Parts: sequence; C-alpha cells; structure tokens
Amino acid sequence: MKLRIEVVAIDSLMVRLFDTIDEANMPWILAACQRLHAAFGERLIELVPSYTTLMVQYDSAPSTARALIAQALEGLQPDAGNSGRRHEIAVWYHASVGPELPALASRSGLTEAEVVRLHTGREYPVFALGFAPGFGFMGLVDERLATPRLSTPRKRVAAGSVGIAERQTAAYPAVSPGGWNLIGRTPVRLFDREREGYSLLQPGDRVRFVAVSHAEFMALGGDDSPLEAQA
Amino acid sequence: MTQLKIEASTALCQLQDAGRFGVRHLGVTQGGALDWVAMHWANWLLGNPLGAPVIEVALGGFSVVAEQDCVLGLAGADLDARVDEQPLAPWRSFALAKGQRLTLKQPKQGVRAYLAAPGGFQAGSVLGSCATVVREALGGIDGRGEALGKGQVLAFAGSAPALREVPEALRPVYSAKPVLDLVMGAQIGDFSGMSLFEAFNSDWTLDSRADRMGIRLLGPQLVYQGAAMISEGIPLGAVQVPPDGQPIVLLNDRQTIGGYPRLGALTPLALAQLAQCMPGAAVRLRAVVQEMAWQEHQAWGKRWQ
Repeated sequence: MKLRIEVVAIDSLMVRLFDTIDEANMPWILAACQRLHAAFGERLIELVPSYTTLMVQYDSAPSTARALIAQALEGLQPDAGNSGRRHEIAVWYHASVGPELPALASRSGLTEAEVVRLHTGREYPVFALGFAPGFGFMGLVDERLATPRLSTPRKRVAAGSVGIAERQTAAYPAVSPGGWNLIGRTPVRLFDREREGYSLLQPGDRVRFVAVSHAEFMALGGDDSPLEAQA
Repeated sequence: MTQLKIEASTALCQLQDAGRFGVRHLGVTQGGALDWVAMHWANWLLGNPLGAPVIEVALGGFSVVAEQDCVLGLAGADLDARVDEQPLAPWRSFALAKGQRLTLKQPKQGVRAYLAAPGGFQAGSVLGSCATVVREALGGIDGRGEALGKGQVLAFAGSAPALREVPEALRPVYSAKPVLDLVMGAQIGDFSGMSLFEAFNSDWTLDSRADRMGIRLLGPQLVYQGAAMISEGIPLGAVQVPPDGQPIVLLNDRQTIGGYPRLGALTPLALAQLAQCMPGAAVRLRAVVQEMAWQEHQAWGKRWQ
C-alpha cells in the first residue's frame, strides 16, 4: 500500500492506494472510507471507492482537503472484516436465462454443473459499483471461468441476469444493454429506491452465489421469461 | 396551486435541479441542469433556492399554457420565446395570464433555456433529487426518469417577487469560440509533449455525438503514453481520452466510474459555457491549476449572495 493524493477536478481529489486489482485491497479501501467519512463529515459531497482508489469530492479549499486526507489516512490499517456486509444471492443457473452457460463450460472442458460449482465456490468482494445503479463489480472468479466480453453487446439484458466478464462477475439490477457472458438469473432485487441505502450491494461487501432450482427461483419471485422478452 | 399544461415537448425538455448527491458510490449518476449558471439565474429571478426544480429546454420545441395567472422566470439560451405571439427575451421574470401560451421555438443564441416557477416546479424527490435521468429511470414529474410530454401538467405553489431582470453586466455571453478552463489532472504528464501542445493550442470541434452523458471533441489525435488504467471515479467535466485520441467531456449524466486517462476536468463555469454550444462549434481548452481555479470560482459565486 502506497498512498498518493492526485488532482481530479476543481473540487475533487483521488486517493490512490494500489496499482493492481486484488481482493486484498478491499479491507484497506473500506478502512479508508470510514476514516474519510469521519474526517470530512458534512464537507464530504461524494466518496467513490473503486478497485484501487477512492475519489473524494468535498466542499472546501483543495489545500484543506488534501491536508485532511493525509491526516485521516495516516497509519491506515486494513479493516478487520467487520464493516462490509455479507450477502447470499440465489441464482438459477440455466441456459434459458444464461445463454452462455454451455459455451463457458465447453470452453474450459467443464460440465455446466462444474461451472456452477466453481462460481458458487468462492466469496467475492464487491470492488466497486458502476455502469448502472446497484451494479456491483465482483471477483475474482476461478481462472477456468474467465471469459472475454461478448464481441457484440446485447441491446437488452434481463434484470437479475448474472454474468462473467474476464475474471469479474456481476448481476444486472435492471433491464439494460450488456456485454457480459450470462450464466443464470437471480430473483433478488439489487436496487430499490424504497430501500434504506437503495442498493443491496455496497463497495467492500462480500457476496456468495447460491444455486437454486427453477421452483425455488420462482418461489423467490424470479421472472423466468426469456432474455429479450422481459418487461 | 398554479398549473401549466404542456402542449408541446421533446425528449430534450426535462425537469432538472442541482442533481443527485451522496449516491455516486452506488453507481447512480449526478444528473441536474447542464448549464447550472442559467438555472441559478432563472431561480434567482423568482427568489427561489438557486437549485430549485426548473425545466431544461434544449433547442426549443416546448410550449405550455397557463391554467391560472402566474409569474415565471426565463434564463439561458435565446430560444425565440413567445408569450402568445409576443417575443420574450430571456434573463427576466414575466407574467403569463390564464390561457396565455409560452412557446420556446428554436435556438437563436445558445442551446439550453431554463424556465423557473415560484417555489420551484413540484415533483417527488427520488434519491434526494427530481433530476431526470432517462437511462437510470430516475426523477422527472413521474419519478421514472421520463422527459416532459405533451398533456402533462406542471404545478407550483410559491409566490413571486416583483418582476425583475438579470443585470445586463452579469448576463453570460455565449461567445462564438469559448475558452474552456480545464483543471489539470494527474495523468496529464503521461500524454506526449506534442499532444499537450496541441490540446491547448488547437481548436476543438464539438461532435454531433453529444448528449447529457458527454460531448466528443474532434481535433488532433492525442497520444497517451502511460500505463493502462483501472476503473476509478469520474468527476463532472472530466476530459477523458479513449484510444482513438479524441477527447470526451463527461457531463452530468456520465457513468460513475471508468478507466480512460484524463487530461483533467473542466471547471463548472466552463461546463456552463459548453452547455450552450451547438454541435459543430469550436472551443479552446486552457490549462488551469486546481487551487487557483477553486479560488476564482468562490469569488465568482459571490454574485448570488
């Protein structure tokens, strides 16, 4: 960990902690989040954590903000693992809602069941949210599941679709265009404007996917309509 | 309660305010008026909080009829506004009697006009703001991110002060080739020397590929020589340079994280100027330093205090 503070905009600075994507970064990012929230208080406008950085937007002079950041992060220690929440996300893994499931399996000489076992076999940290409200970039999936994005993104991906891009995985909170390889669908609502905090996932949370049957998926409120047809 | 009935609208006529804050870490974009200076003046004319909900009208095609006598404020672009057939210049509050029609027809100078109502237009707050973001289905009259449409009703309930104008000396000038201040960012040293010279000494043409997410600038090809970047937070006004070397200025509805290198970010005043430029217009970029830009911005903002 090597802390750098960089200029981003008239009212924003980037705190850079790392240079590579690594699950071990997240406890440091979480700890930095907490300290920056405490140090800036009301003067904090936005704090956007991502894989290796935190962007800080504030209501104060840049020199003041820079000093506050340096002071807040002095002697930073990684979070002990108590602050990020843990989630289990139910997924119905099936080619009818995850059309790349067969191709992803055959690509690495795996069965579809082995793909499911590998995808559900790890707990993934949420590196960042972006692309759409509530869309959490998670990883890293087993190397045998790593798959490049579709060369032509779909115009329409159903809400709840669970996908893989390179060694990252995510679930689409709402209908949107998308280029990830889809392997299943979750009935879980990932973004809800009526929920406290709005987004199920927050940066630094940890997620484990759990395979469920079609019957369980439907009982949990899942929508099994084909990919392009969902309302 | 006073109401306006919308008789004509386009996808570019939207309810906006100062934007959505405290939610960027959830992947939720900012939204809000692209020309925040004109929004402030429109609200100032009526004694509103400067970020109160307004109608952003880009390029015209918007028309409302008053259902009661009322006073409104208009600032920003000259979109050939009329009260019935009577021309109405912007930067003033004006009376609209019951049954009278306000029309914003087409751009004569600038691109975006802002219409304010006493107390602000009423709309539910979604994640702390009524800013319309179509892509995220957030904000607007219905809360679902839709642009304003014919037949909808705009309501407000405040009372207006005496009619007034924005003092002439304080009105923004929409010049033919604005110079846009850019706060230099961390990657600026990773562009080639030639690219840095060209970035700040060439005319940049606004591409027609432009929306509330971003505006592409056409000009010399900028060459980034640094390491590939990992996605990180993107500020308002970021000037990012994808591999094709043509910069994109990221605006209010931008994606929240991204991994292209950036020259830096335009200042808020530069963004307000840019919001009034037509596709095909030329702009210049001027490099500024963060601390000085911030101090200038603070001093400039005193006009509303």
